[in-house]
Amino acid sequence: MTERSLPADGASLEAPSAGRGRVSSGFGRYLFKHVSGAAVSLLLVLFSSFFIFRLIAGDPIDQLTKERPVSAEQRAAMRAELGLDRPLWQQFWDYIAGTLTMDLGESFQYRRPIFDLIVERLPATLLLSGTGMVLAVLLGFWIGTRSGWKQGSRFDKGHVATGLVLYSAPTFWLGMIVILIFARYLGLFPVNGMRSPSTPPDFWSQAVDIGHHLVLPVLTYTAVVYAGYLMIMRSSILDELGSDYLTTARAKGLRDDEVRQRHAVPNALLPTVTLVFLALGSVVNGSIVTETVFSWPGLGTLFVNSIFYPDRPVLQALFVLFSSSTILAVLCAEILYWFIDPRIRRS
Amino acid sequence: MTTTTVSPRALRRARRRQSFARSWASYRSQRTGVIGLVLLGAIVILALAAPILIDESALSVTRATGGRMAPPSAEYPLGTDETGRSILALTLWGSRLSLVIGLTATVVAIVIGTAVGVTSGHIGGWYGWIALRLSDWFMVLPSLVVAIALLAVLGRSMATTITVIALVSWPGTTRLVRAQTLTVQSRPYLERAKALGAGHWHQMTKHILPNVLPLVLASATLLVPSAILMESSLAWLGLGDPSVVSWGSILNRASENGAVSAHAWWYLLPPGLAILVVVLAFMMCGRALEAVFNPRLRGES
Repeated sequence: MTERSLPADGASLEAPSAGRGRVSSGFGRYLFKHVSGAAVSLLLVLFSSFFIFRLIAGDPIDQLTKERPVSAEQRAAMRAELGLDRPLWQQFWDYIAGTLTMDLGESFQYRRPIFDLIVERLPATLLLSGTGMVLAVLLGFWIGTRSGWKQGSRFDKGHVATGLVLYSAPTFWLGMIVILIFARYLGLFPVNGMRSPSTPPDFWSQAVDIGHHLVLPVLTYTAVVYAGYLMIMRSSILDELGSDYLTTARAKGLRDDEVRQRHAVPNALLPTVTLVFLALGSVVNGSIVTETVFSWPGLGTLFVNSIFYPDRPVLQALFVLFSSSTILAVLCAEILYWFIDPRIRRS
Repeated sequence: MTTTTVSPRALRRARRRQSFARSWASYRSQRTGVIGLVLLGAIVILALAAPILIDESALSVTRATGGRMAPPSAEYPLGTDETGRSILALTLWGSRLSLVIGLTATVVAIVIGTAVGVTSGHIGGWYGWIALRLSDWFMVLPSLVVAIALLAVLGRSMATTITVIALVSWPGTTRLVRAQTLTVQSRPYLERAKALGAGHWHQMTKHILPNVLPLVLASATLLVPSAILMESSLAWLGLGDPSVVSWGSILNRASENGAVSAHAWWYLLPPGLAILVVVLAFMMCGRALEAVFNPRLRGES
């Protein structure tokens, strides 16, 4: 499970492409291999979403017409309108073509094109998960470096323990507690949402208002996620600790801080790059839950609200969107790795 | 003279006992691991003893006697929920379901993961390639999204929850087991077994599996907490089995009935802290086990 897996002290942090990367000639082949792999994965996502939402899920007409008396003619008309009267392979083809041309169909609950809904809500999601992820990575790496460097110190033990406790807390529960303390009891921040209706429409007031609403969700999100990055960075530093080049650097008379920042950290960062990209799956998981707790008007809340309507077209579109974005992020990590790790080029 | 009369089976048993004693000594030397184990033991005993401590009728909505979301009192040490049931009773009984789902889902995931990992590593070829690609694919997908999508169409029950959690949890084990299988595969004693005419089944069950199992145990201990967290998230979103009480479903009711705006901290804290403590205990045990079984970490910490 990608969601939560903490590497132990010094556990192997091999890059995922290290074993597979036996490419003999050049960037072109490397690129082709990974791009084609990603393309197959994306196709699999399309297949499985059709399988889940059209085959396992059963007849959407039953869902749409529940608790309403509908005549057989009306049902037939609805089927024709949704294209359900056509053979399955043709429905599948329409679905693939529609997804590729960004024609994702219409939402049952909003009666609007899903594409418009996604475009409208994407900025809110990017704002929350982007801010949260950057903060979590910076905080996790900063503490992880110092923790690993002074392994066994009070700083190390204290931070590992804090990180583990926060990591063990369910995101939604932490969010509820944060709301209870900071919004309900102390009244410092708004309870939920992204904007207050009473804010003046000029840019700066709006920005301050959104920032004010952003604090608690980002706090929750970062608190749960940063520990993962802390452990990744810590074990990566531990891997470097005994290295000869560090002894050399010390022998040159460098101060301890310099040895750490200029020599150990750059080497330790290398294996973590892919892990940060690979963790995008957990970014999506975390932002779905965080958005729901805080009623943040993003894609995660849309996804959860669509479960019980049930708004299958929206669920399906977001399933494809979330899954393909993680696949593309991993592809980016693999391409990036070519440029930052010369060992892949040489092998 | 005595050494020659020892049967191979007794020898094997003695060796196993020895290696177990070694592992146990190494585990015991890690303080966090011992604390985790004690915590887990206490939780399991509490969960098993729930029917003795509090009668199941305390979970019934119709027979509830307390006030609506009443704060802690002498009669209800942890307060009551919106129907007047004791939060203490709910939390205690919820532990049973959360643990059962977490453990069952992990066992299913581990069995699938180990089977696929060993066979794909040992047999290789097309089958191995497809198994690897498939587990990679599952690993990249956001697990909560897959779980929500499946539960949304399959319906809410304990069985579907377990299936769905197992389905998103197996690839990690597969990767780990496959890598370990490939290392074991290249050792001389496997070559010897092959030369003596051992079939695939014999090689996999008698030689590879025993070498892989310790690592599987460590990774299973780390899978349980993520399964419990996943179950609680799903139940909190309202995708849990509606007929049973789990920590996630208690918190689901809490947020649906406005416990946060009612400042009902006693409704929120117990189930959430329970999840946190169980997950933490499993993580402490798992990390200690990993340090015992991962040779690279031996002698550390």
